[in-house]
Amino acid sequence: MAVFKLTTPLSEEDIRKLKVNDVLYLSGTIITARDAAHKKILELFQQGKPIPVDLQGLAVFHCGPIMKKENDKWVVVAAGPTTSTRMDQFEDELIKDFKVRVVIGKGGMGKRTTDAMQKYGAVYGAFTGGAGVLAAKGVKSVKTVEWLQDLGMPEALWVFEVEEFGPLTIAIDSHGNNLFEEVGKKAEKSRAKIYASLGYS
Amino acid sequence: MAVTKLPQDVKAALQKAHREEVNETARVQLETMLKNIKLAEKYNVPICQDTGVIIFYIKAGAQAKGLDKIESALRNATKKATKVIPLRPNAVDPFTQKNTGDNTGRFIPYVNWEITTGDTIEITAFPKGGGSENVCQVGMITPGEGVKGLKKFVIDAVIKAGAKPCPPTIVGVAVGGGADISMKLAKMALLRPLDQPNPNSDLAKIESELYEAANSTGIGPMGLGGKCTVLGVNIEYAHRHPASFPVAVAFQCWAARRATARIYADGRVEYLTHVMK
Repeated sequence: MAVFKLTTPLSEEDIRKLKVNDVLYLSGTIITARDAAHKKILELFQQGKPIPVDLQGLAVFHCGPIMKKENDKWVVVAAGPTTSTRMDQFEDELIKDFKVRVVIGKGGMGKRTTDAMQKYGAVYGAFTGGAGVLAAKGVKSVKTVEWLQDLGMPEALWVFEVEEFGPLTIAIDSHGNNLFEEVGKKAEKSRAKIYASLGYS
Repeated sequence: MAVTKLPQDVKAALQKAHREEVNETARVQLETMLKNIKLAEKYNVPICQDTGVIIFYIKAGAQAKGLDKIESALRNATKKATKVIPLRPNAVDPFTQKNTGDNTGRFIPYVNWEITTGDTIEITAFPKGGGSENVCQVGMITPGEGVKGLKKFVIDAVIKAGAKPCPPTIVGVAVGGGADISMKLAKMALLRPLDQPNPNSDLAKIESELYEAANSTGIGPMGLGGKCTVLGVNIEYAHRHPASFPVAVAFQCWAARRATARIYADGRVEYLTHVMK
């Protein structure tokens, strides 16, 4: 388990160094996007229209934050990760078309995303679910927000400037390893033994 | 308070999990959780951004005054808390997808009533996130499968849920009643403190058996592997129809937020889950 401190925008070379179980602290610009924002980004891309932020080398955070306006400025109150599997249907496109290098969330992602990460050089950083305050403290400033009117607070695309945001446990690396899948396989293997211990056969 | 501070029993269980965990990645997860709990207390902000759909459990003394005003008072309190704390607006119309913005809506906040004797009112706020809600399960197994089938159902639910409900979770298990009653009881079982054993010793034994079994799946904190997958298993039951064996499993994430206030007839308020400074 090695510890890395990196700043966005990230290169493919940065990403290839990371292996599952490593811990990453991220600085620089990251964006939040959940189901609706992913859908909108890809729709705009398909129509050949520009999206409001250049995502190259950045991190996409699966998060619907609680935000508050203080003296006309947005402040993050709590911003933990949301379940990433819902974004599995979009993420490979985002990685391929926009060169997103880090996906942050909880619960892991499937084969489609893992394959795209291996092919194009991206990683999945698991942020502890529920640790919404710690995440908020890692956000130094809110640069901007897009689509707030249309999508509402949790689904809007927030652009954060972060400092040593983490710990992010690398759970999918760019070499085809998926920690969640490994853990899932082990749990599956333990099933028969557990049934037996409970007297069920 | 319900969203910013965890009850002592939950904190103690997470600390114990941290002391006993050997997997390095799991230790990082548990450390992060403990750090986050401290920060939320320090800054008086929600532990997790998902402050849930707001649900209340009320034990109302039949002699208590003003019972007819409680639901509207809780509705207003929910609106106020959404603005002041703030809570994330989480009440969405399932047909128009419109978010009301204030955490109220049709049947929401939901109030579970129980009429008791006396003149005090006990109100429990139970803000539960969507991640753990999404993996809850009800099943109608056959009476022939019985308790063994119930145990299998619970373990299958834990393995299927994997990382999704933000483990280590509290697992609420209920059997009997009917499909609706079993789930209602499973959720209610989540309210029992982790340091309070089941008063029925046979059920307490099944609870510890399921606790050990769930913790041998290796799913671990946040599903990244490790020893601690569940903090506790709480069982509730109702008598069942001879032909039915309804089983329900409800999950509660590690950020197991609940707060209970007892309101006396003279207006005095006592907080049962939290120590007030």
